[in-house]
Amino acid sequence: MSPSAQDHQPESTGTNPGLSRRSFVGYVIGGTTLVAGADFALGAGPAAAGGIPSAPQIPELYDLEDLQTDSAAPTAGLITVKIHPDGTASFAIPRSEVGQGITTSTAMILAEELDLPVSKVHVTLAPARPELLLNQLTGGSNTTVSTYTPIRVAAAIAKGALLDAAAIELGSVVTRLTSHEGIISAPDGSSVSYGDLAEKAASSQTKRVEVQLKDRASFTIIGTPRNRDDARDAVMGRKKFSMDLDVPGALPTMVCRPPTLNGSPRKLLNKGAILKMPGVRNVATVETGVAVRAATFGQCIDAIRAMKVEWNKGSVEGESDKTILARLRKAEVPLAVPAVPILAKTVEADFTFMFRSSAALEPNCAVADVRKDKATVWAGLKVPILAQQNIAKALGLPDDAVKVHVVTSGGSFGHKLFSDAAIEAAKISQAMGAPVRLMWHRADEPRQGRLHPMVTSRIRATHLAGQVLSFEQRNTSVVTDFSHGLGERLSAMTAELPAGLGAMGLSQSIFALTQELPYNFGAVTQLLDETDERFNTGSMRNIYSPDTTVANELVIDQLAKQMGMDPLAFRLKFIKSDIVKEALQKVADEGNWGRKMPAGMAQGIAVHKEYKGCTAVLVEIDARDKTVNRDIREAVTGPRVTKAVMAVNVGLVVNPTGLEAQMIGGFSDGMALTLTSSCHLRDGHFLEASWDNYFYTRQWNVPPSMEVHIMASDSDQPGGAGEAGVPASAAAVACAYARATKTMPTVFPINHGTISFKPKSFIPPVPVSPTNGLKLTY
Amino acid sequence: MAKQTFILNGKTITVNVNDDVRVLWVLRDLLGVTGPKYGCGINVCKACTSHINGRAFNPCSVRVGDLKPQDRVTTIEGLPKTVGKELHPMQQAWIDRDVAQCGYCQPGQIMAAVALVKKTRREGRSITDHDLDTIRNICRCGTYMRIREAIEQGARNMK
Repeated sequence: MSPSAQDHQPESTGTNPGLSRRSFVGYVIGGTTLVAGADFALGAGPAAAGGIPSAPQIPELYDLEDLQTDSAAPTAGLITVKIHPDGTASFAIPRSEVGQGITTSTAMILAEELDLPVSKVHVTLAPARPELLLNQLTGGSNTTVSTYTPIRVAAAIAKGALLDAAAIELGSVVTRLTSHEGIISAPDGSSVSYGDLAEKAASSQTKRVEVQLKDRASFTIIGTPRNRDDARDAVMGRKKFSMDLDVPGALPTMVCRPPTLNGSPRKLLNKGAILKMPGVRNVATVETGVAVRAATFGQCIDAIRAMKVEWNKGSVEGESDKTILARLRKAEVPLAVPAVPILAKTVEADFTFMFRSSAALEPNCAVADVRKDKATVWAGLKVPILAQQNIAKALGLPDDAVKVHVVTSGGSFGHKLFSDAAIEAAKISQAMGAPVRLMWHRADEPRQGRLHPMVTSRIRATHLAGQVLSFEQRNTSVVTDFSHGLGERLSAMTAELPAGLGAMGLSQSIFALTQELPYNFGAVTQLLDETDERFNTGSMRNIYSPDTTVANELVIDQLAKQMGMDPLAFRLKFIKSDIVKEALQKVADEGNWGRKMPAGMAQGIAVHKEYKGCTAVLVEIDARDKTVNRDIREAVTGPRVTKAVMAVNVGLVVNPTGLEAQMIGGFSDGMALTLTSSCHLRDGHFLEASWDNYFYTRQWNVPPSMEVHIMASDSDQPGGAGEAGVPASAAAVACAYARATKTMPTVFPINHGTISFKPKSFIPPVPVSPTNGLKLTY
Repeated sequence: MAKQTFILNGKTITVNVNDDVRVLWVLRDLLGVTGPKYGCGINVCKACTSHINGRAFNPCSVRVGDLKPQDRVTTIEGLPKTVGKELHPMQQAWIDRDVAQCGYCQPGQIMAAVALVKKTRREGRSITDHDLDTIRNICRCGTYMRIREAIEQGARNMK
């Protein structure tokens, strides 16, 4: 990465000096040390008023970010910032840190408003807070979008109370005081620290206070690069994930799972023999399989491999990719015949996106200690309130008897929206009458875990006389599971949604809220139909956009070709929005678009607009035989992306270092979606069982050259970053591959047709751990 | 059960466990050394990468009974001590480049990187792009670019 990669914010224009700044209301909470609170729903703007005209698509006026931000509005829960006598501030964010960097960026936002060094602000993860109702969901790249205002208000109120206390302490008036790095100074040179004021600024009763927030022009922390707050712990092996927690008695626990998808255990035939195995303490049959608790996970694996279990059939017995695709085809609704002049030319395309696993490197896992009348659970959870409710229901306990702690996750990518492992761990702990440290075996993840559903995407576009007249996209998908709570938020909001949305089903609504084709293409329609609820599905670092963007951008290249235009020139002509055009032009300039390349190599370019911002990506790909077949031991190689140039506009940037990290990761995901990573369904089960079967991006796939450019924006609002890098990356790689091979791929990932591994056994369901490690040292 | 003795991060330790339990579980479940992570259990993801007698190995694929009393096992927790500092230069490079995202794979990545640099030095050469391409450790957050940059920096600062 070149140092120039971070093109920082321009000098801010701030707010219009002619207008008075908006005030916000918050509270100083009664107590012995200073605690300031704000309604967590602050900053949620009203929905776009009136009907939706036909030309702009729904997301241009009101998108999923607005939905998630607005749906917080009825909640009364406060978030609080506490000032401690040691001069530090603390805040428990009701969101989940899964690697996306929100504890770091949130500390920066608080430090900015508090005038405190970032190192003195400690951000932790709040446990499940039922009083926040729906407002504790980490997803949709929404954290900073929705929390930016309320946490600043709480911080501003805390600083106001500190200034009030300092004025008394220093015998001055607030307007003459200055605050800097945790010290408040008076004009006479006297000063007092936040630590000294923490108790003096406390209030005996809760008070309502009005504050104004800092102008962007005065920011000194927001927008500056900052490394992660947990970086040192991470590199020293001290960062604690769920399986690293020391919960007394919580012994390693694993589950022997069925040989077919969603099968269930009928009977364990050799329970006595299993209980006699070394290290084994407990065995319990639950709905998902036969659980074993032992002194070590290795002994759980051995026990699982020795279990003789009779199984009930699964949910897709006998089915395969082929039969599921046939089902999707049957569910496809014919494309409408557009009302266009008879001479118009048509581009039609039909794409298939296979099942993909959203599993993180940390597998599904949770610690559970269930007693007779109460339960405590620790896990990486993005929707802890729902986890708490579901666990309580599963255990037959009242909600308030279940304490749910949110632990930093070893990745999520949508996987941890669901509390599958937490619920399972609680049930097993209850069945065994002992605390458990439940971990899924890696093999369980692609075979029984959440997948991104198979989907087809059909597009018909028409053009005449240099204009695109219509663009119709129709996705048909295996059902995506939204039972993680976004659904509840949406139904709670139905009445507030723009016209037309309320009448749609849940997935159709979310599809409509996220899909925005950023081009002037005349009559644009994008619709989703779903079928088949038998799979365990979920969102995967975005919901629909990587697939739809790949399909759209490939068709756009076809349109450009038919209309005799260069792909870049075509896009620049038809893109609606200036920020998208600027990002596209940036990658074209930095990536030297149009440079001559040898046969078998090509550039590809693509854009995506979502999350209150946009991304543009240019790649170069080498699809020559000698590269595709390059030799890396036991590796799937394939075409090599040799260069990637990304440009991202997320409005106000909080932490450029973190934003760049999200773009790098988003690129790795997007490239894998297009080139290498998928799951194969055969005879009722998925064949993949580990990372040597599921080909996520590896070092041998990584582009040797990569740049991320952060576009300047004068917006006062931050946008979303976590998912933003994926769609345009996937699409640019697909477009480059199509140009390099002179064939537009229609099935993704492109290597799905080849099964390049020997499937591991289904009975037993987990592979034996090798013993030859000492022969493979280096 | 058998007494198993080896040197862990500079200290001789003895633990009672059957020969066939893999070293990863002895470290994590019995000794509470949680730096090495589980990601696959079959020597594929490399999240547990540690060192044995100064070379990279994957404790998920070694029976504890195959360790000899004089074998020196180093996990991420013991890496700084091998250079007598608070941080190994590779760890410092990781911090400087802000490599970690979720951080789950990073102990293994760092241990692999140190071993790779040492290996190329034994071969009398410095690390190349091709060497970086052969690193098998998975980072599911996809921060591979920064890993590559950090290894180059870490290598420059390794004695």
